[in-house]
Amino acid sequence: MTTYIIRRLLMGVLVLFLVSLIVFFSLRLMPGDPVLIYVAGQQGGSSVTPEMLVELRHEYGLDKSIPVQYANWVKGIFHGDLGNSIRSHEPVAKSIRRSIPITLVLGFSALIISTILGVFLGLVAAIRRGSWIDTVVTLLSYIGLVIPVFVVAYLLIYVLILKLHVGLPVTGYHLPWTGSFKSSLLESILPIICLGTVPIAITARQMRSSVLEVNNMDYVRTAWSKGLRERTIVTRHVLKNSLIPVLTMVGMGISMIFGGSVIEETIFAIPGMGQLLVKAVLNRDYVVIQGCTLILAAIIVFVNLIVDISYGWLDPRIRYG
Amino acid sequence: MDEVFRAGEPDAVIAPHVSEWRRFLKIFFQRKLVLFAVIVLVCVVVVAIFAPLLAPYDPYNNDMSKGTLKPSSQHWLGTDRLGRDVLSRLLYGARTALICGFATVGLAAIIGIILGTLAGFLGGIVNAVIMRIMDALMAFPMLVLAILLAAVIGAGLWSIIIALAVATVPGYTRMMCGQTLSVKENEYIMAQRAIGAKSFRTMLRHIVPNAIQPMIVLVTTMLGTVILAEAGLSFIGLGIKPPGAAWGSMAAGGSSFLFTRPWLVFAPSLAIMVTVFAFNMIGDGLRDALDPKLRGKL
Repeated sequence: MTTYIIRRLLMGVLVLFLVSLIVFFSLRLMPGDPVLIYVAGQQGGSSVTPEMLVELRHEYGLDKSIPVQYANWVKGIFHGDLGNSIRSHEPVAKSIRRSIPITLVLGFSALIISTILGVFLGLVAAIRRGSWIDTVVTLLSYIGLVIPVFVVAYLLIYVLILKLHVGLPVTGYHLPWTGSFKSSLLESILPIICLGTVPIAITARQMRSSVLEVNNMDYVRTAWSKGLRERTIVTRHVLKNSLIPVLTMVGMGISMIFGGSVIEETIFAIPGMGQLLVKAVLNRDYVVIQGCTLILAAIIVFVNLIVDISYGWLDPRIRYG
Repeated sequence: MDEVFRAGEPDAVIAPHVSEWRRFLKIFFQRKLVLFAVIVLVCVVVVAIFAPLLAPYDPYNNDMSKGTLKPSSQHWLGTDRLGRDVLSRLLYGARTALICGFATVGLAAIIGIILGTLAGFLGGIVNAVIMRIMDALMAFPMLVLAILLAAVIGAGLWSIIIALAVATVPGYTRMMCGQTLSVKENEYIMAQRAIGAKSFRTMLRHIVPNAIQPMIVLVTTMLGTVILAEAGLSFIGLGIKPPGAAWGSMAAGGSSFLFTRPWLVFAPSLAIMVTVFAFNMIGDGLRDALDPKLRGKL
């Protein structure tokens, strides 16, 4: 187990290194000189002299060679410095520290809720295969797989707020520990449903097929033939074994939720990482884009690492495979 | 599917290929939803191809005096903020979605098949390098990677196609690599090596044709995924440039009229969902027909 963990850790570090290369070098290919974009964004941008441009390039380290820029960037990351925004001059690390808890709280809430609900729905659908519950779950999972995040958001706003007059806030979000807990909870309802719809559908579908497969296993037949009650068979034999493939979906789920948060935070005006990223892209603020994508990918690498390690712990075949 | 292709050769399996093909069609259309999906998809394709003939108005023609009209006999779905006919834009949007879907999936599948075959067949350092790069690409949420790349290349149809292709390549590469590894174990590959066939020839003539079948299902479902992602990118304004008609940007544009003109948001949304659903169902049907073991399980 220790060798497995060490191997996975080293692989995680390697992947992070490659991620940083992708982020760094793809943005160097961005058309347009970041300094010129920056200057154009300032007031009186027309009165800039070439000397000032040289000075700005120097200030942002853009006059150095690309490998040196990369080395400096990585060195900065280890000191918790992701550079300064070329628009607001605010340190990127500071903007991310402010916005990331929001995305993480909403994202992980959505992940946990959707995993539990998805597992439950998939299990019920599979053990009552062919019943109306199965039909409903299957239908819902089909819809969940094809519905864009923004459509979920607008449907919620249209149906709940406009037609049913449910008194839920539709814009903004504050963390539960920075103000009223109750209003934070209310604000989180629509965004969490929005983020969780697709993962619920995927988890339920995966769980259903996984349970159907486990149901065909010899040990389940044995359990039935020795006269165990259905409840015991489901909880002791079926549930545990069919959860293993579903666990891999957790890594995918968080990736999907982060992707969805870009859209969800735009619609609900939530000051999280997704909104930070979209604003940065529209402002061509490459330092912020760089920081945001790097941090989001790093979190996903980390979650996948944990998933893989627990996977190896649950299923020894993986560890030695 | 495999048998169908092989059947043309002299050493074909004894069963006539017609029955194989019939069996395939029978299982494929077994579910009513698959039949529905095929009909829907044919309609979407027809609409996309003949959009200029079918559209009642020019989808790019602004007329501020006719802004946000309600549906009427002239404008079945009303007009948008700039007075453009929504139905016409919806029809042209099918074009954008399908071009984007097919081009992205085509590009990504070709790259993925090449990389996956190389990684699986050559193994060792080639495998390690290719697969670690794929791991790194997969570490990004697809939409975030596509945003990063679209920000680099700039907005526009072709830049989205490239961005989404790069973001989806790892899926094809991984599957192809796994397939290659299992096909490689077959005796006929060993025989190839024994007679001294070139690696390249073995890969092209024997590995790829035998490993490609599961890719067909992946390609079909990825068409839906890519159309969804394109809608997401267009929605946040990183997709098709403004005058162009894309379902995602139409929904975004209509969102400020959600309470008074909900169809401006929901008509393009429905188009996205129905199209993606059609691709998903066809993918399911293909998987059932190609691999009877899995039928009804997923």
